[in-house]
Amino acid sequence: MLKILKYSFFDLIRSRWSYVYLLFYLLLGFVLLFLNEDLSKAVITLMNVIIILVPLIGTIFGVMYYYDSKEFTELLLAQPVKRSSIFIGQYLGVSLSLVMSLVIGLGLPFVFYGLFQSSAIFDFTLLLVTGALLTLAFTAIAFNIALYNENKIKGFSYAILMWLFMAVIYDGLFLMFLVIFDTYPLDKFSLIATMLNPIDLSRILILLKLDIAALLGYTGAIFKEFFGTNTGLFSALGALMIWVVLPVFNIYRKSKKKDF
Amino acid sequence: MSIFLLFTQSFNAQDIEVCQTCETRSISDAISQAKPGDKIIVKEGVYKEHKIIIDKPITLIGENLPIVDGENKGDIFQVFADSVTIDGLKLINVGSSYTSDFAAIRLSRAKNFLIQNLELRKIFFGIYLEKSHHGTIRNNNILGDAVNEHNSGNGIHLWYSKNVKIEDNLIQKVRDGIYLEFADDCVISNNKSIDNLRYGLHFMFSNDDVYQHNIFENNGAGVAVMFSKRIEMIRNEFKYNWGTAAYGLLLKEINDATIESNIFEENTTGINVEGSNRITYTKNDFKDNGTAIKVLGACYDNIFTLNNFLYNSFDVSFNSRLNTNRFHQNYWSEYTGYDLDEDGYGDVPYRPVKLFSYVVNQIPEAIILMRSLFVDIIDFSEKVSPVFTPDNLLDEEPLIRKYND
Repeated sequence: MLKILKYSFFDLIRSRWSYVYLLFYLLLGFVLLFLNEDLSKAVITLMNVIIILVPLIGTIFGVMYYYDSKEFTELLLAQPVKRSSIFIGQYLGVSLSLVMSLVIGLGLPFVFYGLFQSSAIFDFTLLLVTGALLTLAFTAIAFNIALYNENKIKGFSYAILMWLFMAVIYDGLFLMFLVIFDTYPLDKFSLIATMLNPIDLSRILILLKLDIAALLGYTGAIFKEFFGTNTGLFSALGALMIWVVLPVFNIYRKSKKKDF
Repeated sequence: MSIFLLFTQSFNAQDIEVCQTCETRSISDAISQAKPGDKIIVKEGVYKEHKIIIDKPITLIGENLPIVDGENKGDIFQVFADSVTIDGLKLINVGSSYTSDFAAIRLSRAKNFLIQNLELRKIFFGIYLEKSHHGTIRNNNILGDAVNEHNSGNGIHLWYSKNVKIEDNLIQKVRDGIYLEFADDCVISNNKSIDNLRYGLHFMFSNDDVYQHNIFENNGAGVAVMFSKRIEMIRNEFKYNWGTAAYGLLLKEINDATIESNIFEENTTGINVEGSNRITYTKNDFKDNGTAIKVLGACYDNIFTLNNFLYNSFDVSFNSRLNTNRFHQNYWSEYTGYDLDEDGYGDVPYRPVKLFSYVVNQIPEAIILMRSLFVDIIDFSEKVSPVFTPDNLLDEEPLIRKYND
């Protein structure tokens, strides 16, 4: 598995798109910090960008890589290599190279502008962890979609739809549900509904940093417990990890059975 | 004749010393010996006394902060005379009661008093004024140990008292830091009211008062102004009032007030306004609040000008569709318009009420969707063509740069 991981990783690192991705983050980081030297404000702006962009990039790269390397995968399958290690290796190769672009691309400007001397280091770490987990989760979901769809176009559209659903449509349905069932107690429901969408989970992590004053305005005891203490932070991070583990496990399960 | 009387009085005025080894060992004895105009000097030490009645115009001064211990038995000082000065004492252990309002110092029908440099600890009520006018309460340090609202008292309590000055006090951990009921023409300045259970400063049925340069931090709500007229609120700081019913400033049934140059920072709600008319809000800073201004029903003809709204989760929240309030020339950090003619005012009006804040008013749980892309999209579409929010609620000339005094 390690060999395949290494191969995919270096294959991607040599590719142009990784550099474009890295450059994009470098530019974003530097421009933001140039315009506004306040590190913690920049972290908050970045969080807003990251929860939309990272899933999109993760999804597209995941699907693209799977279909592009399909012939090579079939070649590998003819060798005495375990199936799971081929797919998991490829998955890790893609996602880790994306995570690396993210960490280096954002890390460099921030270190340059004195991250280690500032109090924003905790927020920044949280930002990188959230970004990394989102990349891992969405690349895994993209691999799943690709595994289930032989047709490239179909797979691609499903992947993009999935992203659109998670990023926009889900919240719309969620809000509609809240409006319709207005008369019922909804705080438990809304927390659970948030847990079911990794983008919402990451958004909650931002809210906990940024809008805590507004969040405490709501009178529900459950919200108060969730937002007022560290419970919110840890359960959101925990749920995000589950969002990584489950799709990866499904890659493992599906790849064992799939016909080629 | 009166000048002569005054002269003989001050000529005859003498100092009475109270200490553990003096002739007079208790403050009550000293007061009963004293003649009007006398000065009683209390030396360092602990005096276990309560219900000390001051019924003549005297001056009571403590040296090196002597301690008067009420042993939880009730009022420590009761003042029934005019022109009384109490200065430099430490009063402890007032003792609480569910039937009477025990206070460290109670002034009843007294005029021209001066209460200053006191330290109050373990109190129920701190300084309690009933029908006492024209006095000053200055530079006192009041620290309570309030846990529940129903069995705790207020730091400084005014009832039917007019023309009182309250200055430079530090009040912590009581129920209401300063409480005014039927107290008109009072001036409250340079106080710090911190960590109080209910309100930092509380007005009920009090008119024509001024409060300025005060700091209100981490109270249940910073200041509550209720059922009062013509209150001036100038250069105060309202900070860190966090919680479900926590406000920087709570206005209820207030008319013709002025709110100027105050700072509202990191409150769950900066100002909560209910049934208040003809109030002018000028030059205030609203920074990092959950909701900067929350307007509930029946608020008419209020004017908001030259305020800075900086990075609040919601700038203005409004629950009705009728609006006669006017926003004019404020700075909004979320304003995205432009200023082509460079006159310092944006060319596109700013709509401070977001659709989402309207939704959150209806369905509080929806707050969890804040900053979602979907919410940004519906906010944007509402901004373009308002349906749910009052369409005349807008700032026609938003400032391009932050307003500085």
